[in-house]
Amino acid sequence: MDAATQIVDELRETMHIVIVGHVDHGKSTLVGRLLADTQTLPEGKLEKVRSTCERSGKAFEYAFLLDALEAEQDQGITIDAARVFFRTAQRDYIIIDAPGHIEFLKNMVTGAARAESAILLIDAGEGVQENSRRHGYLLAMLGISQVVVVVNKMDLVDYRREVYEQIVEEYRNFLGEVGVTPACFIPVSAREGELISEAGSEEMPWYDGPCVLDAMDRFTKAPAPEGRPLRMPVQDVYKWGHTGDDKRILAGRVESGQFHVGDEVLFLPSGKRSVIQRIEGFNLPEEPTTAIAGRSTGLTLREQLFVGRGEIMSHAERPPSVARVIRVKLFWLGRRAMERGRNYKLKLATAQVDVSIDRIHRVLDASDLDATTEGKAVGRHDVADLDLRLRRPIALDCASENETTGRFVIVDGFDIAGGGIVSEVVQFGATHRAEAEENSLEAIRANHFGHRACLVAIDGNGADALVSDLERALVETGHHAFFARNDDEPVIEALLEAGVIVLTVGNLKEVAGTTAVQFTVGEARRDIRVQQIIDRLATAGRLRV
Amino acid sequence: MSQLDELEDQSVYIFREAFKHFKQLCMLWSIGKDSTVMLWLARKAFFGHVPFPLVHIDTSYKIPQMIEYRDRVSREWGLQMVVGQNRQALADGMGPERGRLTCCGALKSDALRKTLSGEWPRMRMQPNGEYVEEVNGEPFTGVIVGARADEEGSRSKERYFSPRDHGGDWDIADQPPELWNQFKTDFAPGTHVRIHPLLDWTEVNIWEYVERENIPIIDLYFDKGQGRRYRSLGCAPCTGSIESCAKNPSEVIVELRTIKTAERAGRAQDREHAYAMEKLRREGYM
Repeated sequence: MDAATQIVDELRETMHIVIVGHVDHGKSTLVGRLLADTQTLPEGKLEKVRSTCERSGKAFEYAFLLDALEAEQDQGITIDAARVFFRTAQRDYIIIDAPGHIEFLKNMVTGAARAESAILLIDAGEGVQENSRRHGYLLAMLGISQVVVVVNKMDLVDYRREVYEQIVEEYRNFLGEVGVTPACFIPVSAREGELISEAGSEEMPWYDGPCVLDAMDRFTKAPAPEGRPLRMPVQDVYKWGHTGDDKRILAGRVESGQFHVGDEVLFLPSGKRSVIQRIEGFNLPEEPTTAIAGRSTGLTLREQLFVGRGEIMSHAERPPSVARVIRVKLFWLGRRAMERGRNYKLKLATAQVDVSIDRIHRVLDASDLDATTEGKAVGRHDVADLDLRLRRPIALDCASENETTGRFVIVDGFDIAGGGIVSEVVQFGATHRAEAEENSLEAIRANHFGHRACLVAIDGNGADALVSDLERALVETGHHAFFARNDDEPVIEALLEAGVIVLTVGNLKEVAGTTAVQFTVGEARRDIRVQQIIDRLATAGRLRV
Repeated sequence: MSQLDELEDQSVYIFREAFKHFKQLCMLWSIGKDSTVMLWLARKAFFGHVPFPLVHIDTSYKIPQMIEYRDRVSREWGLQMVVGQNRQALADGMGPERGRLTCCGALKSDALRKTLSGEWPRMRMQPNGEYVEEVNGEPFTGVIVGARADEEGSRSKERYFSPRDHGGDWDIADQPPELWNQFKTDFAPGTHVRIHPLLDWTEVNIWEYVERENIPIIDLYFDKGQGRRYRSLGCAPCTGSIESCAKNPSEVIVELRTIKTAERAGRAQDREHAYAMEKLRREGYM
């Protein structure tokens, strides 16, 4: 390789692309064909697979090529099991594996989240399938706006224009609803090589658009987010005191915008301000004066501020929002449904906060957007439009304004179980400092528990057993509830002062100025009565939201 | 920004996430080029410091220069060096002649698993360079590993943060999703997480970075006039050198761009069995 080629090589751009489609819609065949047509294959590989097929008496398929490469992986240049590499005159491509089967949806999401553009593959014979819709929707939520829809296996429908156009109409409408505008639709036969790497098909003279390779080359790299407002989520703060290095370094990645030494910066949600003193680094040719979007960097401030992980550093102009309740679009991958009344962990940039569902606007099966349901839960593979209440305010942006600080994942137990984007701030939060000043201890405690103190008195036949059940149901849903079995008023008073939901049996009216919520129960089924009481307390605003 | 900058930024981000979330964190350092580049990236992430121990599994069959290099660099860079070994197997005469996979299983997999879990004693380097035995160590819950996706099949299925269960097992088909740089940092007691800062790097990227940063990599990778060098380092009996006149990183890069054999072609244990690597990997061998 001479020096000139090497320089050109370094300047070439790389694009990560994901090919998604229902199982058997021809993904491997398309990838095999792209590899062959771009001469990316190792020498003699195509011929070898062809002759193996001939000997064993089966028709050659490009998908076998992929299998053969995967099995051997001796080259390390064309394929590893998760990525396929090839190049066109325009640029280098890395195709990210995204399994089509619904069981592997979390792998598909993991792969697609790393892509910059996508090919959606549809089988002309089968038309728009459940997964075609689901994949379209997920691409929209993952923020992949550059999409080409490839209608494959046109040979199996005799290259009929009306079959293609019907699919185009149906799928274009669907994608429009979820906010995806494809760059184009292309009718192809990956097996026969029609419209893959050469424009113009004798079989489909009625189509005059680009072939697949041309359409890919027309994708553009997203402009670097340097020109957007500064967002640097604080990832950590380091002070290596033990080695005589007592600088306090704020570390993080610049997600958008840029900053310079001497800039005045703002940290949210704390609301603290300072000036950039130095940009820190290790083994750098010279001390940097600017840090741009994409860089994992570090800095020292002119004043020693105690800001920590989770805060977002911005300039004073165009700062992020500080939010308490957010409206989001969310997809759920967890085995256990996402339910009202349960607590989850939300991770957005470097912030981490407990959340619960405040309101469910609608839950839909992502494969069929018509089926809108009002629900109490978001099931596996569902997509939902929700309001989430954050335990404490955090800094964020709407995804339409700034995607990296406008998207989040939800952790249920130990695993990431869902992801989503912020569409709107429903309730803004005060910065920590302002909030602490205006909030009483009682309010802070209520904020911490998610509910205020409450006195409940239940009278009637079998009330004792019912209150035990109620206590369990409340505690299991994250409430600080306690069954006070004796009418010992000083104890009840102390519990109420501590912010607890106190449950009593009998017709207690009031304790130390707190009026009881009273119920009288009859002989109906006990589980129904527990649920009815919970519903009434919830309606009265006494429970966690 | 160049591709190397992008790779560096992502690796640094991963390091900082790992350090933030795992109290019992360590990094495996095999002395080879990948984990030495990774060590350099740790110094990038933490501004010259390496705030967690480095674990090296000494099979006793390593090429001797590797051990010298390890101890010299540890002292120079102020590293917290921890060494583990399967003493019992070595006392019983374990070696490659008993079968390479058996040997790797005992001297690498078992030693690694028991050293990480704290069940077996760890040798910890002192400021004077001596190693002192440490017993009843805490189990490491976060283990940073220098695997690259392009190395061979099983590695390409890794996530940046891959959970391992109680026995160190890795359920490839059922891994949690990973998106938008939000990683698996929550884990059940008794399990641990493997962290892969180099997942997106290729062999050529590693060398380009060695060259750019002038990283003092062990010189077994370079020809010193005999027309041979190592492309991949391991135990002396199972690691062959290759024919090459590359004397420095830039010559290695030129060579890599023209040859078409696999990187680990000199590593005997890979050839032994089609699924050997995946098997060893499931068992915990890096």
